[in-house]
Amino acid sequence: MSPRRETYARKLDLTRGCVEIGHGGGGRAMAQLIEELFLAAFDNDWLRAQDDCARLTVPTGRLVMATDSHVVSPLFFPGGDIGCLSVHGTLNDVAMAGARPLYLAAGFILEEGFPLADLQRIVASMARAARDAEVPIVTGDTKVVERGKGDGVFITTTGVGVIPAGVDISANRARPGDAVLLSGSLGEHGMAVLAQRENLSFDTSIKSDTAALHGLVATMVAAVSDIHCLRDPTRGGLSSALNEIARQSGVGMRLREAAIPVKEPVRALCEFLGLDPLYVANEGKLLAICPAAAADTLLAAMRGHPLGREAALIGEVVADSHGFVEMETVFGGRRLVDWLSGEQLPRIC
Amino acid sequence: MKYLDEFRDGRLAQGLAARIRREIEPERRYALMEFCGGHTHAICRHGIEDLLPAEVRLIHGPGCPVCVLPSGRLQAAINLVERERVMLCSYGDLLRVPGTQGDTLLKAKARGADVRMVYSINDALEIARAHPDRHVVFFAIGFETTTPPTAVVLRQARREKLGNFSVYCNHVLTPPALRALLATDLSSSPQEAAPRGVGGVDGFIGPAHVSTVIGTRAYEFVATEYRRPLVIAGFEPLDVLQSILMLVRQINASEARVENEYTRAVGVDGNRKAQQWMDEVFEVRPSFEWRGLGELPNSALAIRPAFADWDTERRFAVPAIQASDHKACACGEVLRGVKRPEECKVFASACSPDHPLGSCMVSAEGACAAHYHYGRFRQAVTA
Repeated sequence: MSPRRETYARKLDLTRGCVEIGHGGGGRAMAQLIEELFLAAFDNDWLRAQDDCARLTVPTGRLVMATDSHVVSPLFFPGGDIGCLSVHGTLNDVAMAGARPLYLAAGFILEEGFPLADLQRIVASMARAARDAEVPIVTGDTKVVERGKGDGVFITTTGVGVIPAGVDISANRARPGDAVLLSGSLGEHGMAVLAQRENLSFDTSIKSDTAALHGLVATMVAAVSDIHCLRDPTRGGLSSALNEIARQSGVGMRLREAAIPVKEPVRALCEFLGLDPLYVANEGKLLAICPAAAADTLLAAMRGHPLGREAALIGEVVADSHGFVEMETVFGGRRLVDWLSGEQLPRIC
Repeated sequence: MKYLDEFRDGRLAQGLAARIRREIEPERRYALMEFCGGHTHAICRHGIEDLLPAEVRLIHGPGCPVCVLPSGRLQAAINLVERERVMLCSYGDLLRVPGTQGDTLLKAKARGADVRMVYSINDALEIARAHPDRHVVFFAIGFETTTPPTAVVLRQARREKLGNFSVYCNHVLTPPALRALLATDLSSSPQEAAPRGVGGVDGFIGPAHVSTVIGTRAYEFVATEYRRPLVIAGFEPLDVLQSILMLVRQINASEARVENEYTRAVGVDGNRKAQQWMDEVFEVRPSFEWRGLGELPNSALAIRPAFADWDTERRFAVPAIQASDHKACACGEVLRGVKRPEECKVFASACSPDHPLGSCMVSAEGACAAHYHYGRFRQAVTA
């Protein structure tokens, strides 16, 4: 039986209302915000119980847990918003262990004065993303900080998933001779967000690629059980993801520039700003490393899934005590694909 | 893609490289300096050196504005933003450059200074208009490419009588730097006379964007006074290969001419209107320090007295800060082509892009940073 619903004198003004300090105070105002906004959107049995925690039934096997905080600016960008991004980001972290995500938790830090209409948009987007992924948001938390002490809204999500039997995926399992596969074109999320920033007014068709990848991962794992590594190249892009794997596995990589898919608008905007697409964030792509003998099977499985249609074999793992990620350029020259130092900043001229 | 793929065609590049290899005369040496950081970046990013025969050696010149900015000038900006509580607008790649004690604008920002990254000086002007209660300083830096926009905005600020905006001028000039390199470090003998010193440069790959403003005529002295060929080249990899082929041909024929590979953008006289505005707003400083190269005469611009109200250095009496580079740093020799980045004792050990000791490691266009980011595996093989 559900707990009794409180009745409030006046409904939340989701058109003109704003977040107030009281919405985080633990009193009636907070209860109203949770009921009329969060619960209305995420609605499920766990949340309706209105406990401070969710009691979950989990299958036997190995559990995966991942957490991710989201502080994107602007909050709304072509192809998505902080809401769906915060769901996809954590689902993907869980999925990169080859796991099937089961549950999500969400923590919100709201800034006093933040429009409730925007919050509702964000929460609706989260709810849609969780529903599409078939992973419920089972518990959450809300805090409000004074005006000027936040950036509208920060969202932290935590995910739990279970690893199918026989799957052992980790960034320390890349071995010389393995194939490096990429699920699609690079740089769309980072450039879509950058193009929206206040002092850039680029009229571009670039949309964020934000997407939940666990469906693609399930397809891949079903096709090739011995996938060695999976990694979603988010902040720091392809370069950071591959350098991390190289370091954790104690190997090097050889990539072929000509094989790495980058869409034209992304290449053009990167070129214009002096950025390298290999370092730009993605939110709906993954890198897979598997034994060379399984590469064709895995590539075919990826291409058979809507989120992997443009998958490509982009290089191989090599023995290299320095852990260098090298790339053969389209000209036949060689270059290093180095770690990013600091944040990638546009060049002067 | 229009105007991108055309200049990044792998097969065309291989064809050009094969022609360069065919035309090389084995008894000759082809030490070619690309002046601009933009070329350095393109060469390293696309692995162009791997396509060239051993006789062709590329020397990375001082044409990276961030690299040659003396750390004292940067420290002065950090002091200004913290002490005068101004809002400082800067291009992104300046934010990480260390001042005299390793401090940076990014660190100052973290301490609470109002430092904003902008993509053009127009953004800084907009910010000044939007914040009439704040003084907005634009950190102007760059060669002749970025100077005309600064001139345009200064004229605009004066027209608007915008009282809360000024420019911290660090614009430098290409031809005087080329002249200084030729005068001090090259054996003054032309191509085939006396044996060449280690610092000898047999030809120059001339600036791309700078030349759109100043034109090809500005480099004639390189050919006439110093007997070195110079080919102005675009920043695309195919431009670089084509210009190398043109230089090889001139060197084979013992010629020294200014040629223009970048005809799609550069003319003989450059952009006259831009030059006129630059002349209206700026005057040449008698001397200016270049990090790694020292004081170079007539090599930089200051804002003319007519625009004094918009000159940060006049409004805030920005003091000159003297600073010397780290003793072990070989940037000066790298910038003059005497040493390769890998030959510096601290390269990739004490000096790296995260902790740069010298100028060439601070920006992606600096020779050391480009070698570090794109070519470190070569050093590992030879080490």
